[in-house]
Amino acid sequence: MKALAARRQDRRAPIVLLLLALLLTGGLYAVLAPTSADATPVQASTNDIATGEKLFQANCASCHGPAASGTASGPSLIGVGAAAVDFQVGTGRMPMQMSGPQAQVKPVQFDQEQINQLAAFVASLGAGPAIPTAEQVDPALGDVSNGMLIFRTNCAMCHNAVGAGGALSQGKFAPNLWETTPTHLYEAMLTGPQSMPVFNDANITPEEKRDIIAFIDKQGGTSPGGLDLGALGPVSEGLWAWVVGMGLLIGAAVWIGAKSS
Amino acid sequence: MSNHDTGHEAGNEIVTHAPGALPDRFEDPGHPEHHDRMGDNDPKANKRAERQVVALFAVSVLATLGFLVAYFALPPGDTPESMLRSNLALGLGLALSLLGIGFAAVHWAKALMNDHEKSEDRHLQRSSDENREAAVTVLKEGAADSAIGRRGVLQGAMISALALFPLAIVVPFVGNIGDDWNVSKFRHTMWKKGTKLATDPSGRPIKAADVTIGSVFHVIPEDLHEAEHPLDEKAKAVVLLVRLDPADLTEAEDRKGWSYDGIVAYSKICTHVGCPVALYEQQTHHLLCPCHQSTFDVADGAKVVFGPAKRPLPQLPITVDDEGYLIAQSDFTEPVGPSYWERLAR
Repeated sequence: MKALAARRQDRRAPIVLLLLALLLTGGLYAVLAPTSADATPVQASTNDIATGEKLFQANCASCHGPAASGTASGPSLIGVGAAAVDFQVGTGRMPMQMSGPQAQVKPVQFDQEQINQLAAFVASLGAGPAIPTAEQVDPALGDVSNGMLIFRTNCAMCHNAVGAGGALSQGKFAPNLWETTPTHLYEAMLTGPQSMPVFNDANITPEEKRDIIAFIDKQGGTSPGGLDLGALGPVSEGLWAWVVGMGLLIGAAVWIGAKSS
Repeated sequence: MSNHDTGHEAGNEIVTHAPGALPDRFEDPGHPEHHDRMGDNDPKANKRAERQVVALFAVSVLATLGFLVAYFALPPGDTPESMLRSNLALGLGLALSLLGIGFAAVHWAKALMNDHEKSEDRHLQRSSDENREAAVTVLKEGAADSAIGRRGVLQGAMISALALFPLAIVVPFVGNIGDDWNVSKFRHTMWKKGTKLATDPSGRPIKAADVTIGSVFHVIPEDLHEAEHPLDEKAKAVVLLVRLDPADLTEAEDRKGWSYDGIVAYSKICTHVGCPVALYEQQTHHLLCPCHQSTFDVADGAKVVFGPAKRPLPQLPITVDDEGYLIAQSDFTEPVGPSYWERLAR
């Protein structure tokens, strides 16, 4: 330990620490990242539906009602389809932790098998959109430039031109899309969670949805211009210019005007 | 150092006045007492300041050299990472190069050049009385000589010439902006009876059955690509199509026939300053403008519920054709977009 402590002052220490941190993050990501195979819809068996119903009664029925037909505190789930369940539960939005302007992303409460069972149960209540296949959401198969055209018209006004997210009214907001998995992106377009409108297959075709996913996949990387301030546009850039930029200018003016000691 | 100990000068004394007994004029307190800088009396400090200035110039020199090295050694390349490296190195080099010179010059002037206060009084703005009188006399003489008061025709000719001349600037100016004198087109869009509603940007016609509840479609006229200037036409004709539960929909008496089974279509051009209004909140039926947060209630005639917009969004009357495609019943019944002069009268 003593040898390590002595090395702490070494000027190479930050670099070594940074490398270690990068290695750790990369390793963790490789282990924990959901593979696309997870998202492949499993053929729902009657057994799955029965287990899903048990999960539903224990975790969801207090708001959505024992028959999933909705109560004053939660909407009916009949006909929302497996895709809605996979999105809401798979991103941790449901079960909702507390009421507020909108359900927030939080650590996922169920494993993928349980989510599939819940989805199978809800899908058995009424016809609705299914969970997309791995091929439907593969960014490598999408056309990035067409994705940008569609995204610009249909999505950019809320989610920002590069998908960095943005504010809506009364505490609601459109989230950043960079970390959202392709399957969840697809399901969100298909089912229109919360404030988001529905973009069914007649509005944005499955191929166009995949193009959008390919476009999102290219966003959020290294910014050629340096610090991108969250890519949020005039708010963060204005704050930076007014507080930091003007602050430095005022500081320089004060220094120039002050008498030398 | 000695002049520090000579006591306060008049300018530094705090003079108090009884309340309500303020003097008519405050005396000019003059310059504050002159203090020597450390470098003025201590050759070491003076030398240190000089070294600091040299160091700042050296920073600039090194940064310039660094900039040149980076220019050749770190080309922008094709990846964001290499562009970032190049931009960062060039930017830092240029910034330090110029800041070094600037800070060195200021520090030089402040620490090494003499710091004796100097003042220069302003001269009077007003000219002397002789000059003013002479100028008035010259003007009067000129006016009398031209006899402008007596020669009426000459006066008229001169005023006409001066009044007409600006047209030579204004007319080509308007012509250069668009060479377009057709003002009435601001009142119309390319929507007409029977135009199919199509998705933006792919241009697929939309069937009423495809518009499920909660859907929002961004719409262009199907024949937009046939227009002479498609982008100009699109800028006026874009429409937002939403389907609501008919029970949620409040419709004015004279607009009952403008929707189809809960499907309503509104102009996407904000009535405030013309941004595309497109942030639709499915649950509240509110449509937000991203520019100034004007909020329109789609369930209630797109009335303004918040923000600077003054008028509801114009509604496009729609219906379906025999094949189930959504079509327009007519053009908008009022001009789309922000207020312009003809609206001011209303």
